Amino acid sequence: MNYLLAFLFGGLVCAAGQVVLDKSKLTQADLMVILVVVGSLLSALGLYKPLVDTFGAGASVPVSNFGHVLTQGVMEGYAKDGFFGVFAGGVTKAAAVLGAAILFGFTAGLLFRPKG
Amino acid sequence: MLRERESPQAKRYARLVEQEKPRVDVGGNVLKAFVVGGTICLIGEVIKTYLMSFGLSGEVAGVWTSIALVFLSALLTGLGIYDEIARFGGAGSAIPITGFSNSVVAPAMEFRSEGAILGLAARMFVIAGPVIVYGLVSATVFGLIRSVLF
Amino acid sequence: MNKTFTLKNVYVEETASVVGPTEGAGPLGDLYDVVIPDEIYGESSWEKAERKMLIESIGLCMNKAGYEPADFDMILAGDLSGQLISANFAARDLPIPFAGIYGACSTFTLTVGMGALLIEGGFMDRVIAGASSHHETAEKTFRFPTELGVQRKATATWTMSGAAAVILGRSGPVRVSEVTFGRVVDYGIKDANNLGAAMAPAAFDTLERHLKNLGKRPEDYDLIATGDLGSVGQIMLKHLMGDSSMGSGNLTDCGLLVYDTRQDTHAGASGCGASACVFSSHFFPLLKKGHIRRLLLLATGALFGLTTAQQKESIPSTSHAICFERVEES
Repeated sequence: MNYLLAFLFGGLVCAAGQVVLDKSKLTQADLMVILVVVGSLLSALGLYKPLVDTFGAGASVPVSNFGHVLTQGVMEGYAKDGFFGVFAGGVTKAAAVLGAAILFGFTAGLLFRPKG
Repeated sequence: MLRERESPQAKRYARLVEQEKPRVDVGGNVLKAFVVGGTICLIGEVIKTYLMSFGLSGEVAGVWTSIALVFLSALLTGLGIYDEIARFGGAGSAIPITGFSNSVVAPAMEFRSEGAILGLAARMFVIAGPVIVYGLVSATVFGLIRSVLF
Repeated sequence: MNKTFTLKNVYVEETASVVGPTEGAGPLGDLYDVVIPDEIYGESSWEKAERKMLIESIGLCMNKAGYEPADFDMILAGDLSGQLISANFAARDLPIPFAGIYGACSTFTLTVGMGALLIEGGFMDRVIAGASSHHETAEKTFRFPTELGVQRKATATWTMSGAAAVILGRSGPVRVSEVTFGRVVDYGIKDANNLGAAMAPAAFDTLERHLKNLGKRPEDYDLIATGDLGSVGQIMLKHLMGDSSMGSGNLTDCGLLVYDTRQDTHAGASGCGASACVFSSHFFPLLKKGHIRRLLLLATGALFGLTTAQQKESIPSTSHAICFERVEES
Protein backbone atom coordinates (compact mmCIF):
# COMPACT_ATOMS: atom_id res chain seq x y z
CA MET A 1 0.00 0.00 0.00
CA ASN A 2 2.85 2.40 0.91
CA TYR A 3 4.45 1.63 -2.44
CA LEU A 4 1.26 2.40 -4.33
CA LEU A 5 0.72 5.69 -2.45
CA ALA A 6 4.31 6.76 -3.09
CA PHE A 7 3.99 5.96 -6.80
CA LEU A 8 0.64 7.72 -7.19
CA PHE A 9 1.47 10.92 -5.30
CA GLY A 10 4.98 11.27 -6.73
CA GLY A 11 3.56 10.63 -10.19
CA LEU A 12 0.85 13.24 -9.68
CA VAL A 13 3.34 15.95 -8.66
CA CYS A 14 5.40 15.19 -11.77
CA ALA A 15 2.34 15.10 -14.01
CA ALA A 16 1.28 18.51 -12.70
CA GLY A 17 4.79 19.78 -13.38
CA GLN A 18 4.61 18.48 -16.94
CA VAL A 19 1.36 20.35 -17.54
CA VAL A 20 3.13 23.54 -16.43
CA LEU A 21 6.08 22.87 -18.76
CA ASP A 22 3.90 22.14 -21.77
CA LYS A 23 1.31 24.86 -21.21
CA SER A 24 3.47 27.78 -20.10
CA LYS A 25 6.73 29.44 -21.08
CA LEU A 26 8.38 28.32 -17.83
CA THR A 27 11.60 26.32 -18.11
CA GLN A 28 12.57 23.27 -16.15
CA ALA A 29 14.81 25.40 -13.91
CA ASP A 30 11.87 27.76 -13.21
CA LEU A 31 9.72 24.75 -12.33
CA MET A 32 12.27 23.36 -9.86
CA VAL A 33 12.56 26.75 -8.14
CA ILE A 34 8.78 27.11 -7.93
CA LEU A 35 8.41 23.64 -6.42
CA VAL A 36 11.03 24.35 -3.77
CA VAL A 37 9.28 27.60 -2.82
CA VAL A 38 5.89 25.84 -2.74
CA GLY A 39 7.37 23.06 -0.61
CA SER A 40 8.76 25.65 1.78
CA LEU A 41 5.44 27.48 2.04
CA LEU A 42 3.46 24.28 2.67
CA SER A 43 6.03 23.29 5.26
CA ALA A 44 5.69 26.57 7.16
CA LEU A 45 1.92 26.15 7.10
CA GLY A 46 2.38 22.71 8.64
CA LEU A 47 0.96 20.98 5.56
CA TYR A 48 4.03 19.24 4.15
CA LYS A 49 4.75 16.86 7.01
CA PRO A 50 1.30 15.21 6.76
CA LEU A 51 2.01 14.63 3.06
CA VAL A 52 5.29 12.86 3.89
CA ASP A 53 3.56 10.86 6.62
CA THR A 54 0.85 9.73 4.20
CA PHE A 55 2.66 9.33 0.91
CA GLY A 56 6.20 8.56 2.09
CA ALA A 57 8.74 8.84 -0.70
CA GLY A 58 5.97 10.16 -2.96
CA ALA A 59 6.30 13.44 -1.07
CA SER A 60 9.90 13.22 0.13
CA VAL A 61 11.56 12.46 -3.23
CA PRO A 62 10.23 15.43 -5.29
CA VAL A 63 12.43 18.52 -5.03
CA SER A 64 9.67 20.34 -3.09
CA ASN A 65 10.85 18.25 -0.13
CA PHE A 66 14.09 20.23 -0.25
CA GLY A 67 12.11 23.37 0.57
CA HIS A 68 10.35 21.47 3.34
CA VAL A 69 13.62 20.26 4.89
CA LEU A 70 15.17 23.75 4.76
CA THR A 71 12.08 25.30 6.33
CA GLN A 72 11.91 22.72 9.11
CA GLY A 73 15.59 23.41 9.73
CA VAL A 74 14.98 27.15 10.05
CA MET A 75 12.03 26.64 12.40
CA GLU A 76 13.79 24.06 14.57
CA GLY A 77 16.90 26.26 14.63
CA TYR A 78 14.87 29.28 15.78
CA ALA A 79 13.19 27.24 18.51
CA LYS A 80 16.53 25.97 19.76
CA ASP A 81 19.02 28.82 19.22
CA GLY A 82 16.93 31.85 18.34
CA PHE A 83 18.16 33.97 15.43
CA PHE A 84 21.45 32.12 15.22
CA GLY A 85 19.39 29.02 14.45
CA VAL A 86 17.60 30.84 11.64
CA PHE A 87 20.92 31.25 9.85
CA ALA A 88 22.35 27.83 10.67
CA GLY A 89 19.26 25.63 10.85
CA GLY A 90 18.22 25.38 7.20
CA VAL A 91 21.54 24.33 5.76
CA THR A 92 22.26 22.07 8.75
CA LYS A 93 19.16 20.05 8.09
CA ALA A 94 19.82 19.80 4.34
CA ALA A 95 23.57 19.28 4.74
CA ALA A 96 23.62 15.54 3.97
CA VAL A 97 21.92 15.89 0.60
CA LEU A 98 23.98 18.94 -0.38
CA GLY A 99 27.14 17.13 0.65
CA ALA A 100 26.17 14.07 -1.38
CA ALA A 101 25.37 16.20 -4.44
CA ILE A 102 28.71 18.04 -4.27
CA LEU A 103 30.80 14.93 -3.63
CA PHE A 104 29.11 12.72 -6.21
CA GLY A 105 28.99 15.59 -8.69
CA PHE A 106 32.70 16.24 -8.26
CA THR A 107 33.55 12.54 -8.59
CA ALA A 108 31.38 12.07 -11.65
CA GLY A 109 32.85 15.19 -13.22
CA LEU A 110 36.33 13.72 -12.83
CA LEU A 111 35.46 10.16 -13.87
CA PHE A 112 33.03 10.55 -16.76
CA ARG A 113 33.13 12.32 -20.11
CA PRO A 114 29.86 13.61 -21.58
CA LYS A 115 28.62 11.51 -24.47
CA GLY A 116 26.28 14.06 -26.02
CA MET B 1 15.44 51.93 -40.51
CA LEU B 2 13.51 48.72 -40.52
CA ARG B 3 11.13 48.89 -37.60
CA GLU B 4 8.98 45.86 -38.36
CA ARG B 5 9.14 44.56 -34.83
CA GLU B 6 6.61 47.08 -33.56
CA SER B 7 4.38 47.25 -36.63
CA PRO B 8 0.82 45.90 -36.92
CA GLN B 9 2.19 43.51 -39.53
CA ALA B 10 4.59 42.07 -36.94
CA LYS B 11 1.75 41.64 -34.44
CA ARG B 12 -0.29 39.74 -37.05
CA TYR B 13 2.75 37.62 -37.75
CA ALA B 14 3.23 36.79 -34.07
CA ARG B 15 -0.39 35.65 -33.81
CA LEU B 16 0.05 33.47 -36.89
CA VAL B 17 3.18 31.90 -35.38
CA GLU B 18 1.18 30.92 -32.30
CA GLN B 19 -1.48 29.30 -34.50
CA GLU B 20 1.06 27.37 -36.54
CA LYS B 21 2.99 25.96 -33.60
CA PRO B 22 2.85 22.18 -33.69
CA ARG B 23 0.39 20.81 -31.16
CA VAL B 24 2.18 19.25 -28.21
CA ASP B 25 0.84 15.89 -27.10
CA VAL B 26 0.27 17.15 -23.55
CA GLY B 27 -1.74 14.08 -22.55
CA GLY B 28 1.01 11.71 -23.63
CA ASN B 29 3.73 13.82 -22.03
CA VAL B 30 1.80 14.02 -18.75
CA LEU B 31 1.26 10.27 -18.69
CA LYS B 32 4.96 9.64 -19.31
CA ALA B 33 5.92 12.15 -16.60
CA PHE B 34 3.48 10.45 -14.21
CA VAL B 35 4.94 6.98 -14.83
CA VAL B 36 8.61 8.05 -14.71
CA GLY B 37 8.16 10.35 -11.68
CA GLY B 38 6.01 7.80 -9.87
CA THR B 39 8.54 5.06 -10.52
CA ILE B 40 11.43 7.11 -9.12
CA CYS B 41 9.38 7.81 -5.98
CA LEU B 42 8.49 4.12 -5.78
CA ILE B 43 12.20 3.22 -5.93
CA GLY B 44 12.73 5.74 -3.12
CA GLU B 45 10.01 4.10 -1.04
CA VAL B 46 11.56 0.65 -1.62
CA ILE B 47 14.99 1.88 -0.48
CA LYS B 48 13.49 3.64 2.54
CA THR B 49 11.48 0.58 3.59
CA TYR B 50 14.54 -1.64 3.21
CA LEU B 51 16.66 0.71 5.37
CA MET B 52 13.95 0.93 8.00
CA SER B 53 13.92 -2.86 8.23
CA PHE B 54 17.37 -2.50 9.82
CA GLY B 55 15.82 -0.37 12.56
CA LEU B 56 16.63 3.08 11.16
CA SER B 57 14.13 5.79 12.06
CA GLY B 58 11.93 7.16 9.29
CA GLU B 59 13.82 10.46 9.24
CA VAL B 60 17.30 8.94 9.05
CA ALA B 61 16.17 6.38 6.48
CA GLY B 62 14.69 9.25 4.46
CA VAL B 63 18.00 11.10 4.38
CA TRP B 64 19.88 7.93 3.39
CA THR B 65 17.28 7.37 0.65
CA SER B 66 17.94 10.85 -0.74
CA ILE B 67 21.69 10.20 -0.70
CA ALA B 68 21.19 6.86 -2.47
CA LEU B 69 19.01 8.49 -5.15
CA VAL B 70 21.54 11.30 -5.62
CA PHE B 71 24.22 8.62 -6.09
CA LEU B 72 22.15 6.57 -8.56
CA SER B 73 21.34 9.65 -10.60
CA ALA B 74 25.00 10.75 -10.62
CA LEU B 75 25.96 7.32 -11.92
CA LEU B 76 23.26 7.26 -14.61
CA THR B 77 24.19 10.81 -15.65
CA GLY B 78 27.85 9.81 -15.86
CA LEU B 79 26.99 6.83 -18.03
CA GLY B 80 24.94 9.07 -20.35
CA ILE B 81 21.63 7.40 -19.48
CA TYR B 82 19.80 10.02 -17.40
CA ASP B 83 19.34 12.50 -20.26
CA GLU B 84 17.76 9.72 -22.32
CA ILE B 85 15.32 8.96 -19.49
CA ALA B 86 14.55 12.69 -19.32
CA ARG B 87 13.82 12.92 -23.03
CA PHE B 88 11.00 10.48 -22.34
CA GLY B 89 10.04 11.45 -18.80
CA GLY B 90 10.26 15.26 -18.92
CA ALA B 91 9.13 16.70 -15.60
CA GLY B 92 8.95 13.13 -14.27
CA SER B 93 12.73 12.94 -14.21
CA ALA B 94 13.36 16.63 -13.42
CA ILE B 95 11.24 17.02 -10.28
CA PRO B 96 12.52 14.12 -8.13
CA ILE B 97 15.77 14.63 -6.22
CA THR B 98 17.43 12.61 -9.00
CA GLY B 99 16.77 15.57 -11.32
CA PHE B 100 18.50 17.87 -8.82
CA SER B 101 21.49 15.53 -8.78
CA ASN B 102 21.51 15.37 -12.59
CA SER B 103 21.57 19.17 -12.72
CA VAL B 104 24.72 19.16 -10.54
CA VAL B 105 26.54 16.33 -12.29
CA ALA B 106 25.81 17.32 -15.92
CA PRO B 107 27.55 20.73 -15.84
CA ALA B 108 30.39 19.28 -13.73
CA MET B 109 31.07 16.77 -16.51
CA GLU B 110 30.47 19.23 -19.33
CA PHE B 111 32.78 21.96 -18.12
CA ARG B 112 35.58 19.64 -16.95
CA SER B 113 37.23 20.56 -20.28
CA GLU B 114 37.60 24.15 -18.98
CA GLY B 115 39.56 23.01 -15.95
CA ALA B 116 38.93 21.41 -12.55
CA ILE B 117 38.45 24.70 -10.72
CA LEU B 118 36.82 27.31 -12.98
CA GLY B 119 35.24 24.62 -15.15
CA LEU B 120 34.02 21.63 -13.20
CA ALA B 121 33.70 23.19 -9.74
CA ALA B 122 32.54 26.70 -10.68
CA ARG B 123 29.84 25.55 -13.08
CA MET B 124 28.52 22.73 -10.91
CA PHE B 125 25.67 24.78 -9.48
CA VAL B 126 24.73 26.69 -12.60
CA ILE B 127 21.24 25.11 -12.50
CA ALA B 128 21.01 23.73 -8.96
CA GLY B 129 22.26 27.02 -7.47
CA PRO B 130 18.96 28.88 -7.97
CA VAL B 131 17.10 25.97 -6.36
CA ILE B 132 19.29 26.21 -3.26
CA VAL B 133 19.15 30.02 -3.15
CA TYR B 134 15.37 30.27 -3.47
CA GLY B 135 14.92 27.26 -1.20
CA LEU B 136 16.94 28.86 1.58
CA VAL B 137 15.47 32.34 1.10
CA SER B 138 11.87 31.10 1.14
CA ALA B 139 12.63 28.71 4.03
CA THR B 140 13.99 31.62 6.05
CA VAL B 141 11.11 33.96 5.21
CA PHE B 142 8.29 31.46 5.65
CA GLY B 143 9.97 29.65 8.56
CA LEU B 144 10.66 32.87 10.43
CA ILE B 145 7.16 34.27 9.92
CA ARG B 146 5.69 31.01 11.16
CA SER B 147 8.09 30.80 14.15
CA VAL B 148 7.83 34.42 15.26
CA LEU B 149 4.17 35.20 14.59
CA PHE B 150 2.39 31.96 15.47
CA MET C 1 15.91 48.54 -53.71
CA ASN C 2 19.26 47.24 -52.50
CA LYS C 3 21.25 45.53 -55.19
CA THR C 4 21.31 41.97 -56.44
CA PHE C 5 24.63 41.11 -58.06
CA THR C 6 24.69 39.15 -61.28
CA LEU C 7 27.95 37.31 -61.92
CA LYS C 8 29.51 35.86 -65.05
CA ASN C 9 32.86 34.42 -64.02
CA VAL C 10 32.52 32.51 -60.77
CA TYR C 11 32.14 28.76 -60.50
CA VAL C 12 31.97 26.10 -57.81
CA GLU C 13 34.84 23.76 -58.56
CA GLU C 14 34.53 21.20 -55.81
CA THR C 15 32.79 20.55 -52.47
CA ALA C 16 33.34 18.34 -49.42
CA SER C 17 31.42 17.67 -46.22
CA VAL C 18 32.05 15.98 -42.88
CA VAL C 19 29.07 15.22 -40.62
CA GLY C 20 28.24 13.62 -37.28
CA PRO C 21 26.75 10.17 -36.67
CA THR C 22 23.15 11.38 -36.27
CA GLU C 23 23.36 13.14 -39.63
CA GLY C 24 25.02 10.07 -41.13
CA ALA C 25 22.01 8.01 -40.06
CA GLY C 26 19.65 10.45 -41.81
CA PRO C 27 18.19 10.27 -45.32
CA LEU C 28 21.26 11.91 -46.93
CA GLY C 29 23.67 9.73 -44.93
CA ASP C 30 25.30 8.04 -47.94
CA LEU C 31 26.00 11.31 -49.73
CA TYR C 32 28.35 13.01 -47.24
CA ASP C 33 32.08 12.53 -47.80
CA VAL C 34 32.82 11.58 -44.19
CA VAL C 35 30.53 10.47 -41.36
CA ILE C 36 32.45 10.62 -38.08
CA PRO C 37 31.93 7.66 -35.70
CA ASP C 38 31.01 9.72 -32.61
CA GLU C 39 30.52 13.38 -31.72
CA ILE C 40 33.82 13.74 -29.85
CA TYR C 41 35.83 12.41 -32.85
CA GLY C 42 38.84 11.35 -30.78
CA GLU C 43 39.35 14.84 -29.31
CA SER C 44 39.17 16.07 -25.72
CA SER C 45 36.35 18.60 -26.22
CA TRP C 46 33.37 19.27 -28.48
CA GLU C 47 35.03 22.46 -29.71
CA LYS C 48 38.14 20.59 -30.84
CA ALA C 49 35.97 18.00 -32.56
CA GLU C 50 34.13 20.71 -34.52
CA ARG C 51 37.42 22.32 -35.51
CA LYS C 52 38.76 18.95 -36.69
CA MET C 53 35.67 18.46 -38.84
CA LEU C 54 36.11 21.87 -40.46
CA ILE C 55 39.83 21.29 -41.13
CA GLU C 56 39.04 17.89 -42.57
CA SER C 57 36.33 19.21 -44.89
CA ILE C 58 38.67 21.93 -46.21
CA GLY C 59 41.55 19.47 -46.66
CA LEU C 60 39.31 16.93 -48.35
CA CYS C 61 37.95 19.55 -50.71
CA MET C 62 41.48 20.59 -51.71
CA ASN C 63 42.52 16.95 -52.24
CA LYS C 64 39.47 16.14 -54.34
CA ALA C 65 40.24 19.08 -56.60
CA GLY C 66 43.99 18.40 -56.56
CA TYR C 67 45.10 21.74 -55.13
CA GLU C 68 47.73 22.89 -52.65
CA PRO C 69 47.18 25.67 -50.08
CA ALA C 70 49.33 27.96 -52.27
CA ASP C 71 46.68 27.73 -55.00
CA PHE C 72 44.21 29.76 -52.93
CA ASP C 73 43.96 33.49 -52.39
CA MET C 74 41.74 33.29 -49.32
CA ILE C 75 39.64 31.20 -46.98
CA LEU C 76 36.34 32.67 -45.82
CA ALA C 77 34.77 30.61 -43.08
CA GLY C 78 32.63 30.87 -39.98
CA ASP C 79 30.80 28.97 -37.28
CA LEU C 80 28.49 29.59 -34.32
CA SER C 81 30.91 29.67 -31.40
CA GLY C 82 32.01 32.85 -29.64
CA GLN C 83 34.90 34.61 -31.41
CA LEU C 84 34.51 32.10 -34.28
CA ILE C 85 36.85 29.67 -32.53
CA SER C 86 36.23 26.79 -34.92
CA ALA C 87 37.04 28.76 -38.07
CA ASN C 88 39.85 30.81 -36.52
CA PHE C 89 41.61 27.78 -35.05
CA ALA C 90 41.08 25.75 -38.22
CA ALA C 91 42.79 28.56 -40.17
CA ARG C 92 45.78 28.31 -37.82
CA ASP C 93 46.59 24.98 -39.50
CA LEU C 94 46.20 26.28 -43.06
CA PRO C 95 48.80 28.58 -44.68
CA ILE C 96 46.21 30.60 -46.58
CA PRO C 97 45.01 34.18 -45.85
CA PHE C 98 41.83 33.95 -43.82
CA ALA C 99 38.83 36.00 -42.81
CA GLY C 100 36.37 34.70 -40.25
CA ILE C 101 32.82 35.63 -41.16
CA TYR C 102 29.85 35.48 -38.83
CA GLY C 103 26.33 35.21 -40.16
CA ALA C 104 25.01 32.70 -37.62
CA CYS C 105 23.36 29.91 -39.60
CA SER C 106 23.42 32.05 -42.77
CA THR C 107 27.24 31.94 -42.77
CA PHE C 108 27.54 29.55 -45.70
CA THR C 109 25.83 31.70 -48.33
CA LEU C 110 27.47 34.80 -46.82
CA THR C 111 30.97 33.34 -47.31
CA VAL C 112 30.12 32.02 -50.79
CA GLY C 113 28.60 35.37 -51.77
CA MET C 114 31.57 37.39 -50.57
CA GLY C 115 34.07 34.98 -52.09
CA ALA C 116 32.19 35.06 -55.39
CA LEU C 117 32.28 38.88 -55.52
CA LEU C 118 36.02 38.92 -54.79
CA ILE C 119 36.54 36.65 -57.80
CA GLU C 120 34.03 38.41 -60.06
CA GLY C 121 35.67 41.71 -59.22
CA GLY C 122 38.93 40.34 -60.55
CA PHE C 123 40.81 40.54 -57.27
CA MET C 124 41.08 36.84 -56.56
CA ASP C 125 41.23 33.65 -58.58
CA ARG C 126 40.39 30.88 -56.16
CA VAL C 127 38.73 31.04 -52.76
CA ILE C 128 37.57 28.47 -50.20
CA ALA C 129 34.26 29.14 -48.50
CA GLY C 130 33.33 27.05 -45.50
CA ALA C 131 31.11 26.76 -42.44
CA SER C 132 30.71 24.44 -39.49
CA SER C 133 28.43 23.70 -36.57
CA HIS C 134 28.42 20.99 -33.92
CA HIS C 135 25.45 19.82 -31.90
CA GLU C 136 27.20 19.42 -28.55
CA THR C 137 29.29 22.59 -28.94
CA ALA C 138 26.09 24.54 -29.53
CA GLU C 139 24.16 22.86 -26.72
CA LYS C 140 26.96 23.58 -24.25
CA THR C 141 27.34 27.19 -25.38
CA PHE C 142 23.74 28.24 -25.92
CA ARG C 143 21.48 25.82 -24.06
CA PHE C 144 22.34 23.27 -21.40
CA PRO C 145 25.12 20.81 -20.59
CA THR C 146 24.69 17.84 -22.91
CA GLU C 147 24.02 15.31 -20.14
CA LEU C 148 21.33 17.46 -18.51
CA GLY C 149 17.92 15.83 -18.72
CA VAL C 150 15.67 18.23 -20.62
CA GLN C 151 12.78 17.71 -22.97
CA ARG C 152 13.05 19.72 -26.19
CA LYS C 153 10.24 21.92 -27.41
CA ALA C 154 8.40 20.78 -30.54
CA THR C 155 9.35 23.98 -32.38
CA ALA C 156 13.05 23.67 -31.51
CA THR C 157 15.53 22.75 -34.21
CA TRP C 158 18.50 20.45 -33.72
CA THR C 159 21.88 22.09 -34.33
CA MET C 160 23.54 19.69 -36.71
CA SER C 161 27.10 18.46 -36.49
CA GLY C 162 28.57 19.17 -39.87
CA ALA C 163 31.30 21.05 -41.66
CA ALA C 164 31.56 21.72 -45.36
CA ALA C 165 33.87 23.58 -47.71
CA VAL C 166 33.49 24.62 -51.33
CA ILE C 167 36.12 25.85 -53.77
CA LEU C 168 35.14 28.88 -55.83
CA GLY C 169 37.19 29.57 -58.95
CA ARG C 170 37.07 30.71 -62.56
CA SER C 171 35.84 27.41 -64.05
CA GLY C 172 33.80 24.46 -62.86
CA PRO C 173 30.60 22.47 -63.32
CA VAL C 174 28.32 24.86 -61.41
CA ARG C 175 28.19 28.62 -61.83
CA VAL C 176 27.45 31.18 -59.10
CA SER C 177 25.19 33.53 -61.05
CA GLU C 178 23.24 35.75 -58.63
CA VAL C 179 23.95 37.07 -55.13
CA THR C 180 21.62 39.04 -52.87
CA PHE C 181 22.87 39.86 -49.38
CA GLY C 182 20.34 40.00 -46.59
CA ARG C 183 19.10 42.94 -44.59
CA VAL C 184 18.57 42.36 -40.87
CA VAL C 185 14.89 41.81 -40.23
CA ASP C 186 13.11 41.55 -36.88
CA TYR C 187 9.41 40.76 -36.54
CA GLY C 188 9.55 40.78 -32.76
CA ILE C 189 9.75 37.02 -32.19
CA LYS C 190 11.49 36.34 -28.87
CA ASP C 191 11.20 32.57 -28.57
CA ALA C 192 14.70 31.05 -28.88
CA ASN C 193 12.99 27.67 -29.18
CA ASN C 194 11.31 28.81 -32.38
CA LEU C 195 14.08 30.30 -34.51
CA GLY C 196 12.38 29.20 -37.72
CA ALA C 197 9.54 31.62 -37.06
CA ALA C 198 12.02 34.40 -36.25
CA MET C 199 14.00 33.81 -39.46
CA ALA C 200 11.17 33.30 -41.97
CA PRO C 201 10.59 37.07 -42.47
CA ALA C 202 14.30 37.50 -43.24
CA ALA C 203 14.19 34.74 -45.84
CA PHE C 204 11.10 36.34 -47.33
CA ASP C 205 12.66 39.82 -47.40
CA THR C 206 15.73 38.58 -49.28
CA LEU C 207 13.72 36.35 -51.61
CA GLU C 208 11.32 39.18 -52.47
CA ARG C 209 14.14 41.63 -53.18
CA HIS C 210 16.06 39.04 -55.20
CA LEU C 211 13.08 38.28 -57.43
CA LYS C 212 12.04 41.92 -57.84
CA ASN C 213 15.57 43.07 -58.67
CA LEU C 214 15.86 40.44 -61.39
CA GLY C 215 12.25 40.54 -62.57
CA LYS C 216 11.87 36.85 -61.83
CA ARG C 217 9.29 34.58 -60.28
CA PRO C 218 9.82 31.63 -57.93
CA GLU C 219 8.99 29.27 -60.80
CA ASP C 220 12.12 30.46 -62.62
CA TYR C 221 14.14 28.30 -60.23
CA ASP C 222 13.97 24.52 -60.25
CA LEU C 223 14.38 24.62 -56.51
CA ILE C 224 14.35 27.31 -53.83
CA ALA C 225 16.05 25.98 -50.71
CA THR C 226 16.07 27.86 -47.42
CA GLY C 227 18.78 27.06 -44.88
CA ASP C 228 17.35 25.98 -41.57
CA LEU C 229 13.84 27.35 -41.17
CA GLY C 230 12.63 23.91 -40.12
CA SER C 231 9.02 22.80 -40.25
CA VAL C 232 7.49 25.80 -38.45
CA GLY C 233 9.63 28.38 -40.24
CA GLN C 234 8.80 26.91 -43.62
CA ILE C 235 5.07 27.15 -42.93
CA MET C 236 5.57 30.80 -41.93
CA LEU C 237 7.56 31.54 -45.10
CA LYS C 238 4.76 30.02 -47.19
CA HIS C 239 2.27 32.30 -45.39
CA LEU C 240 4.39 35.36 -46.17
CA MET C 241 4.81 34.31 -49.80
CA GLY C 242 1.09 33.60 -50.10
CA ASP C 243 0.20 37.04 -48.70
CA SER C 244 2.41 38.75 -51.26
CA SER C 245 0.92 36.81 -54.19
CA MET C 246 4.37 35.89 -55.41
CA GLY C 247 3.48 32.22 -55.75
CA SER C 248 5.33 29.47 -53.94
CA GLY C 249 7.58 27.80 -56.49
CA ASN C 250 9.34 24.59 -55.59
CA LEU C 251 10.28 25.26 -51.99
CA THR C 252 12.42 23.10 -49.73
CA ASP C 253 14.52 23.55 -46.60
CA CYS C 254 17.99 22.11 -46.00
CA GLY C 255 17.16 21.53 -42.33
CA LEU C 256 14.18 19.39 -43.24
CA LEU C 257 16.28 17.14 -45.51
CA VAL C 258 18.88 16.13 -42.92
CA TYR C 259 16.91 13.93 -40.54
CA ASP C 260 13.88 11.73 -40.80
CA THR C 261 11.01 12.08 -38.39
CA ARG C 262 11.81 9.01 -36.28
CA GLN C 263 15.14 10.62 -35.24
CA ASP C 264 13.42 12.78 -32.60
CA THR C 265 15.06 15.94 -33.86
CA HIS C 266 11.78 17.90 -33.79
CA ALA C 267 11.59 20.82 -36.23
CA GLY C 268 14.65 19.78 -38.28
CA ALA C 269 18.36 20.53 -38.53
CA SER C 270 19.87 23.96 -37.94
CA GLY C 271 23.33 25.46 -37.72
CA CYS C 272 25.88 26.73 -40.23
CA GLY C 273 26.50 23.13 -41.24
CA ALA C 274 22.94 22.52 -42.48
CA SER C 275 22.95 24.60 -45.67
CA ALA C 276 26.69 24.01 -46.18
CA CYS C 277 26.54 20.21 -45.98
CA VAL C 278 23.24 19.81 -47.83
CA PHE C 279 24.52 22.02 -50.66
CA SER C 280 27.90 20.28 -50.81
CA SER C 281 26.67 16.71 -50.75
CA HIS C 282 23.15 16.86 -52.14
CA PHE C 283 22.47 19.93 -54.30
CA PHE C 284 25.93 20.20 -55.90
CA PRO C 285 25.80 16.63 -57.29
CA LEU C 286 22.21 17.22 -58.44
CA LEU C 287 23.33 20.36 -60.31
CA LYS C 288 26.36 18.59 -61.77
CA LYS C 289 24.24 15.74 -63.08
CA GLY C 290 21.62 18.11 -64.43
CA HIS C 291 18.77 16.85 -62.22
CA ILE C 292 18.26 20.49 -61.30
CA ARG C 293 19.54 23.39 -63.38
CA ARG C 294 18.90 26.46 -61.26
CA LEU C 295 18.98 26.43 -57.46
CA LEU C 296 18.32 29.45 -55.26
CA LEU C 297 19.87 28.83 -51.85
CA LEU C 298 18.78 31.12 -49.00
CA ALA C 299 20.73 30.26 -45.87
CA THR C 300 19.02 31.85 -42.87
CA GLY C 301 20.58 33.09 -39.66
CA ALA C 302 19.28 34.26 -36.28
CA LEU C 303 21.65 37.05 -35.23
CA PHE C 304 21.12 36.96 -31.48
CA GLY C 305 23.17 35.97 -28.48
CA LEU C 306 22.60 34.35 -25.13
CA THR C 307 22.83 37.72 -23.40
CA THR C 308 20.20 39.41 -25.59
CA ALA C 309 17.91 36.39 -25.15
CA GLN C 310 18.27 36.61 -21.36
CA GLN C 311 17.57 40.34 -21.57
CA LYS C 312 14.31 39.44 -23.35
CA GLU C 313 15.16 41.12 -26.64
CA SER C 314 13.59 39.96 -29.88
CA ILE C 315 15.60 37.98 -32.41
CA PRO C 316 16.98 39.82 -35.47
CA SER C 317 17.55 37.59 -38.47
CA THR C 318 19.04 37.64 -41.92
CA SER C 319 19.26 35.57 -45.07
CA HIS C 320 21.63 35.66 -48.03
CA ALA C 321 20.56 34.34 -51.42
CA ILE C 322 22.81 32.68 -53.99
CA CYS C 323 21.73 31.27 -57.34
CA PHE C 324 23.73 28.24 -58.48
CA GLU C 325 23.37 27.23 -62.14
CA ARG C 326 24.43 24.10 -63.95
CA VAL C 327 26.95 24.82 -66.67
CA GLU C 328 25.59 23.27 -69.84
CA GLU C 329 28.16 21.49 -71.96
CA SER C 330 28.31 23.02 -75.40
